[in-house]
Amino acid sequence: MEQKALVCIGCPLGCRLEVTIENSEVLHVTGQSCKKGWAYAFKEYTNPTRILTTTVVVENGYPEVASVKTEKDIPKNKLFECIKELKEVSLTAPVHINDIVITNVANTGVNVIATTNCEALDTK
Amino acid sequence: MQEFDLVIIGGGPAGLGAAVAASEQGIKNILILERENKLGGILNQCIHNGFGLQLFKEELTGPEYAQRFIKMIESKEIRYKTNTMVIDLNRDKLLTAVSKADGIFTIQAKAIILAMGCRERPRGALNIPGTRCSGIFTAGTAQKFVNIKGMMPGKNIVILGSGDIGLIMARRMTLEGAHVNAVVELMPYSAGLTRNIVQCLDDYDIPLMLSHTVTNIVGKDRLEGVFIAPVDENRKPILEMEKFIPCDTLLLSVGLLPENELSKKASVKLSPLTSGAEVDEGRETNIDGIFACGNVLHVHDLVDHVTEESYIAGKAAAKFLKGLRKRSYVIDVIASEGIRYAVPKYINPVNIEKDLELSFRVKDICKDHYVSVYFDNARVTHHKKKILTPGEMQTVKITSEMLSTHSHCRAISIRVEKE
Ligand SMILES: Cc1cc2nc3c(=O)[nH]c(=O)nc-3n(C[C@H](O)[C@H](O)[C@H](O)COP(=O)(O)OP(=O)(O)OC[C@H]3O[C@@H](n4cnc5c(N)ncnc54)[C@H](O)[C@@H]3O)c2cc1C
Ligand code: SF4
Repeated sequence: MEQKALVCIGCPLGCRLEVTIENSEVLHVTGQSCKKGWAYAFKEYTNPTRILTTTVVVENGYPEVASVKTEKDIPKNKLFECIKELKEVSLTAPVHINDIVITNVANTGVNVIATTNCEALDTK
Repeated sequence: MQEFDLVIIGGGPAGLGAAVAASEQGIKNILILERENKLGGILNQCIHNGFGLQLFKEELTGPEYAQRFIKMIESKEIRYKTNTMVIDLNRDKLLTAVSKADGIFTIQAKAIILAMGCRERPRGALNIPGTRCSGIFTAGTAQKFVNIKGMMPGKNIVILGSGDIGLIMARRMTLEGAHVNAVVELMPYSAGLTRNIVQCLDDYDIPLMLSHTVTNIVGKDRLEGVFIAPVDENRKPILEMEKFIPCDTLLLSVGLLPENELSKKASVKLSPLTSGAEVDEGRETNIDGIFACGNVLHVHDLVDHVTEESYIAGKAAAKFLKGLRKRSYVIDVIASEGIRYAVPKYINPVNIEKDLELSFRVKDICKDHYVSVYFDNARVTHHKKKILTPGEMQTVKITSEMLSTHSHCRAISIRVEKE
């Protein structure tokens, strides 16, 4: 049996979790203040995931970049691959909140969506 | 000269929340003044997620959180002016503002809510020796460059100070391809949220050097590197252990200061503990009809708390405008042993409808300690906390029953106790 200390990142409370692991399986979690803590500990041990937020270029947009996020959490080891794919993307203004930027980013099955509005610059 | 019932200075989450709350209480003639070109305040550059879990029960990014409030402002047809900076305010609630579109103009308000947010401590406030080369930015300025302009301020980074903005920028710069050598923190603990240490530093193997500081800055035109050294228990650098880290960029995340120049002009009394106004339970300052909320009042870690506070101020301002707010016998709120500050500073029990929350920060990290509330000398609540850190704001609840039981109480004090 092995004990691991983790901090839950599920919300700003940041509960300190004690995870008991046996035969590479999460047996037991203590320290969480809500159900999400258990799920987090389990995922963090088996397949850690994160939401990715970054920006992409907007042609003719104001501001010049739009903030975006993965619609769901993606495996942690795919973060840089996603960033690389997003560097290749350029959007055309106007961009609206929730517009899909790319589908199935880095083969994760997850879409990247815009989190802000960008107006089109006057081209006159 | 224009006249408004309620003028709100600052269109960040505090100003927007206060406007929504006042409007819901039936106040119609409201104006929000914002110096940037769009509403939303600092949230527009905080593109990371982690906002709104408490209020909306979902994890939003900064711009998404702002957008929810901007929509409410628009659907309630609350008036606002962007690109408009308030440059003067007096205690009679006469304010002067300037904008490209209107030039200089004055407005007479019946009530005012201060919601100007805060700004970052610059290098000048720190006294680090060394050259005045380029490549030194506050973390928030770097955040604006990267997230709004799409420009990178540098490639090889050291961050001084472990406030949340510094932590968030360590991750952001790493994702954008820069190398972050270390986050250097003077204190033996981080000023940021623990979750940000996990997901911004640990995830990317960025070292957090606690009890360390930058002792010298080297570079001719552009920064070439910094010297760092550990500090002793009096926070004096141990220079024998100094070492050099080459870098082209130093980001400073060494604290935020409420932006209270206007408040001072209006004779609003400021607290030396928070650098914000001293307010009562409705967030009303010593000047009748001038209220304050959000980071201009005290620095908040979470926007959800800013919004909660802005609702309190917005509702109280509405009550004031309707002539329903009373100021009578007040109870002082005292930050006692182990507590750095508490907000509000005063309570008018006549205005309390239900319960009320006091926000506070502890002075040092304490494990397995109790937070107690005393009404004069009587201990009324006593709760054990596994861990209390100065980086995370705490609250205690005061119920109307407690207030009526202790109806002659002069002071409520919050303490951290071993048992
Ligand atoms: C980098 C960073 C990261 C953060 N991360 C998180 C997080 O992950 N989760 C979370 O919940 N919270 C987070 N926060 C905290 C939260 O975003 C802030 O507490 C909140 O935005 C403060 O709101 P405010 O309205 O008081 O101030 P601000 O958002 O700063 O708004 C103040 C507004 O007033 C305007 N103003 C100032 N002076 C004048 C004037 N004279 N005339 C006209 N307008 C004026 C300014 O332009 C600004 O728009 C973060 C904060 C920062 C800085
Ligand atoms: S366990 Fe629940 S309450 Fe604790 S940090 Fe995780 S999500 Fe937040």
